[in-house]
Amino acid sequence: MADKIDLLDIEVWDGNMAASQAMRQAQIDVVAAYPITPSTPVVQNYSTFLANNQIDGEFVMVESEHAAMSGCVGASAAGGRVATATSSQGFALMCEVLYQASGMRLPIVMHVVNRALAAPLNVNGDHSDMYLGRDSGWIQADAFNAQEAYDLGLMAFKISEDHKVRLPMMIHQDGFMTSHTAQGVKTLSDDVAYNFIGEFKPMNAMLDLDRPATHGVQTEEDYHYEFKARQHHDLMTFAKAKTQEVFDEFETLTGRKYSMIQEYDMEGADIAIVCMGTSVETARLVATDMRTKGIKAGVIGIRIIRPWPFEEIKEALKDVKAVAALDRSSPNGALGMLYNELAGCLLQNAKPSILSNYVYGLGGRDLTKDNIKQVFTELKANADTGKLTTPTQQWISLNGEALNFF
Amino acid sequence: MSEIKKIKNLKEFSTSADRFEGANLLCPGCAHSIIVREILNATNDDLILGSSTGCLEVCTAVYPYTSWDNSWIHIGFENSSTAIAGAEAMHKAKKRKGTLISDRDPKFVAFGGDGSTYDIGFQWISGCFERGHDMMYVCLDNEVYANTGGQRSSATPIGSSTVTTPAGSHSYGEKKDKKDMLSIMAAHNAPYVAQVAPNKWKDMIKKIQTGFATEGPVYINAMSACTTEWKFDPADTIAVSDLATDSLVFPLYEIINGTELNITYRPKNIVPVKDYLGAQGRFKHLFKPENAHVLDEWQKRTDAKWDLLQRREEARV
Repeated sequence: MADKIDLLDIEVWDGNMAASQAMRQAQIDVVAAYPITPSTPVVQNYSTFLANNQIDGEFVMVESEHAAMSGCVGASAAGGRVATATSSQGFALMCEVLYQASGMRLPIVMHVVNRALAAPLNVNGDHSDMYLGRDSGWIQADAFNAQEAYDLGLMAFKISEDHKVRLPMMIHQDGFMTSHTAQGVKTLSDDVAYNFIGEFKPMNAMLDLDRPATHGVQTEEDYHYEFKARQHHDLMTFAKAKTQEVFDEFETLTGRKYSMIQEYDMEGADIAIVCMGTSVETARLVATDMRTKGIKAGVIGIRIIRPWPFEEIKEALKDVKAVAALDRSSPNGALGMLYNELAGCLLQNAKPSILSNYVYGLGGRDLTKDNIKQVFTELKANADTGKLTTPTQQWISLNGEALNFF
Repeated sequence: MSEIKKIKNLKEFSTSADRFEGANLLCPGCAHSIIVREILNATNDDLILGSSTGCLEVCTAVYPYTSWDNSWIHIGFENSSTAIAGAEAMHKAKKRKGTLISDRDPKFVAFGGDGSTYDIGFQWISGCFERGHDMMYVCLDNEVYANTGGQRSSATPIGSSTVTTPAGSHSYGEKKDKKDMLSIMAAHNAPYVAQVAPNKWKDMIKKIQTGFATEGPVYINAMSACTTEWKFDPADTIAVSDLATDSLVFPLYEIINGTELNITYRPKNIVPVKDYLGAQGRFKHLFKPENAHVLDEWQKRTDAKWDLLQRREEARV
């Protein structure tokens, strides 16, 4: 039996510690992991728990992130609770196995501490790795701060391990900005947290020796399409419904409310910024300032990136005149992912908002309140004139010559 | 502790319960199926099995069918070892916590071809052995990427004509010598590594059972004659395998705890290497006069390797 930790009601944790504590409280059977900046402390914290008998599962310290996810897949298929953490290049290295984890319907939970992708090499936060995983069949949730990394870290097991869902789930947090910034985090006691998550209930477990299971079969043109269709269906329906259900249960338990998209100052908003990660909190501050000046500005933070909250966004933006999509990943030859996803939603509204795209913060470049203020100012001009007054895509805070397209 | 199955003779063996279904898609004459069947039949314990992408995998688990009477997993080309290590870790964790579904202790076995063992999956296997998982890794070594049509691997021996090292007017085929995987795995201080061949089935079963009784990572390099890529008649698999072991191209030996090397088969009549090479289409071009030096080189290297093995056996290093 692992020893429990008596947590304070509010602990001072950074995002990595918040993630580690959620993993510890879930009483995971197997963690297979490999350290990489900025998620390294998750692996280190977990090692410390092990050294102090605060976890009783297996901790397999593998030789690469590809092996980390391979070990997680084998362990999960064997039939038990499994989780890991990674970032950036490590995430890219395990990409092959991410698709296999979701295709084999294995409920693995992974904290992804977001960081830029090389080249040039960079250890700081942006969303390049998050975007790389967006077609991998995982449920993707985004935490904007340490509290949310902890809360989502608990809820993820309950969502992912549901027998109708059986899909792996990532919890994203911003590298350094969230992962290494100490904040007050409201905690649940070990017992309350574990009881909320519940015991792991195996399904198609390889270790069910009287009912052997086969995982990772070959299919060609005869069945592959149907497998993928079913997976997409379950992600779109069961995963989404279960996520909302778990959000509701968590609110009943803690009073902390989560939803597919987080809306701030959106009542009667004329203009809105849609973004992810720590930028949501910066944008909220500026929106509040704007409101005091009589400008009806609001912010939408994307909580669940996959399955994409199409209806929720469509509804939230239906009366908004101008919208900015803030992408923290280089689109490399296109408009940003958020821009494109939002455009799909807006297109179905009777009066589609005027949509513009801002690329920002690559490799850890700061996004300041002034930057956000400038975006809102441009959005206001778009709203007032009823047309796009700027290029469709602009790069914020870029040194040297301005960069814009379309 | 694994249950040691007593098998006295070939007839008894041929009638022992099959845990690997004969209904699979492997080529007629493929040694893979012989080896896998023998390994599975060597124990009555439950098995948790993994296969890397390759002939064995694509021929035994084509949805909605399976040839495996045990739990089985395939992830990718490089990681059957780590998949099985993950399953073994899960068993360990659940046993400690008292949450196992079944109270029996299974054995954990991963299979890979030489491509997924010597080449693409090398790092994963090394990691598993360094960490000391209680598992067996079996390389079905047919010295070529057979599943994808016969490209060379780092297990392809000198002079072999493959589709990526074809013999031609200016080439005698593969130029490099095969990687010594057994020594590499022994150098991980693995408690048990062994080379086996399906024609020497008693020797093979004994080694597999030793492997199952060993705690920690066990590496088995199984020579798997490939009728398609080695180019011989499907009826001749065992005959070609006999030539391989009797010419000492595939010496049968084991290494215990990284140092104690035992030769487990000494042919009464050692046959010339060229007899083994001559039985296979992949070496046909070596019998042209301009390639005579490659035949000489082959014999020289085989003799040297056999000499080294004997000296290591004697010196216990």
